[in-house]
Amino acid sequence: MKEEKKATRESYGEALVELGRKNKNVVVLDADLAGATKTNMFAKEFPDRFFDIGIAEADMIGTAAGLSTCKKIPFASTFAVFAAGRSYDQIRNSVCYPKLNVKICATHCGITVGEDGATHQMIEDISLMRTLPNMTVISVSDDAQTKWAVEEITKIDGPVYLRLARLATPIIYNANQNFEIGKGIQIGEGTDATVFATGVTVAEALKAQEELKKQGIDVRVIDIHTIKPIDKDMIIKCAKETKKLISVEDHNVIGGLGSAISEILTDNYPCKLIRLGVKDAFGKSGKAEELMEHFEITSNDIIKRIVNFM
Amino acid sequence: MKCLKIRKNKSLLSKERCEIILKITDIKELEKKAIQVRKGIIEAVYSNCSGHPGGSLSIADIMTVLYFKELNIDENNPKWEDRDRLVLSKGHCSPALYSCLANRGYFDVEKLKTFRNINSNLQGHPDMNKVPGVDMTSGSLGQGLSVANGMAIAGKMDNKNYRVYCILGDGEIEEGQIWEAAMTSSKYKLDNLCVIVDNNNLQIDGTIEEVMSSYPIDEKFKSFGFQIINIDGHNIQEIIDAFDVAKNVKGKPTCIIAKTIKGKGISYMENQVGWHGKAPNEEQYKTAIEELGGAK
Repeated sequence: MKEEKKATRESYGEALVELGRKNKNVVVLDADLAGATKTNMFAKEFPDRFFDIGIAEADMIGTAAGLSTCKKIPFASTFAVFAAGRSYDQIRNSVCYPKLNVKICATHCGITVGEDGATHQMIEDISLMRTLPNMTVISVSDDAQTKWAVEEITKIDGPVYLRLARLATPIIYNANQNFEIGKGIQIGEGTDATVFATGVTVAEALKAQEELKKQGIDVRVIDIHTIKPIDKDMIIKCAKETKKLISVEDHNVIGGLGSAISEILTDNYPCKLIRLGVKDAFGKSGKAEELMEHFEITSNDIIKRIVNFM
Repeated sequence: MKCLKIRKNKSLLSKERCEIILKITDIKELEKKAIQVRKGIIEAVYSNCSGHPGGSLSIADIMTVLYFKELNIDENNPKWEDRDRLVLSKGHCSPALYSCLANRGYFDVEKLKTFRNINSNLQGHPDMNKVPGVDMTSGSLGQGLSVANGMAIAGKMDNKNYRVYCILGDGEIEEGQIWEAAMTSSKYKLDNLCVIVDNNNLQIDGTIEEVMSSYPIDEKFKSFGFQIINIDGHNIQEIIDAFDVAKNVKGKPTCIIAKTIKGKGISYMENQVGWHGKAPNEEQYKTAIEELGGAK
């Protein structure tokens, strides 16, 4: 992990431009948030392939669906709360059921949105999106991973939900890191505990790993960038090889990463999993870092729970 | 109000169309086809005792003109890239769509009798991945116009000549997404898009005025930037002329408001809201088929 920080929405904006240069079928839609979602970079270079649908997210998703039936590869972007929340029915009936090739790239996920508060902090999107048949759900943790994901999801002929963050978080991977859809990334070989993390919490898990090492506790971190299809083999392997399991996410504990892991464990290798995340509550205004502390999803919270285990 | 009355406005018809006034026999042929389409609707909803005959019958004439005259489509190549597209946004009227597709040759007319059966590909609402010729999955009201916009935008980007048709219900347009989409149609000057509102004046809980008035429909679409055409949705000539006018409108989308009768063609169903989503029993089925001129 490096000192340098970058928000995944920034990486997304840059990656879209690169993708636009390579693939002429890529078109981008936004709902009056192009400056915040960073699709404005694409709009600047490819004005004829960019559609600002205005403050009308449902219409944006439907328009994207129509474009996809004519061989375009639409990337539709807005804040996660409007993408997965406001347009849920359009995503369900006009995109997922007909299995259309629409990429929904939602920025500003989770409580790390910060000052805007509860109405803008989407902590139910993983839950809503992973319950939809045909949907692939990806939640990226850093720059290299985001850039990989933006290109990789064009190889999937079907709907994808890509979860992106507003908060700048540390660069984790080198540009040559190998990623694969549906395969978690194991960082460290520790057997004392496994920390499953996704998105902005991967960096927190890595910080915790470093601190714990000083205390003689050796944990491994699994970056679950693909929430659906989830890496079942990796989860079972870690449950067998490590003494304790913990998950941490910037999302409601109901229906998110922890729930997805629990489902695999229940079916295959029943054991205890500690789930860190927002505990069935709405978010609130504050600085992102303060909110992470408030909702107990920081490296210190991970450390506390693991030390208590031991 | 400057809404177009189609028969009085010949100047808006294309030159060719003015020269070749449709022969009365063409109209008669289409009227005969419309009866076949109506029979298919009745067979479909009767076969598994389920479906929506009222709204299917109100759009039967419009869809007959589309599938047997207007649409540039190929039943042997349903996914043909240059084809005209149709989005049946009021997806519960799938019996009308399936009957048109079957009568046009996309699949066997006998198959209509499997409608809504667990082993059938003919789902209660249109599924583009299960039925050849269905251009878009629909059913959750209010979503089709956005999709049609996407198709029309793609057509413009690729310099294709295809046209996109979108059929809405007069109750359906109570959904807010329709008006979001109407702004999009207008912003992108989608003159390759033709919207048809099936104005049968009835929705499940009562008349449009009683439940949630969407009137005046023409004024609303006009203010959203559409070319408006008001027609009698059961007059084949007016329907043909309206599509012809729409094709020659430049720089903006067209909305045809078709005044129709819910349940049209079956005496006891006409203007009866009770026939929105109910299938006829055996006796009613026999009466319906008789009224449509008997079997075959």
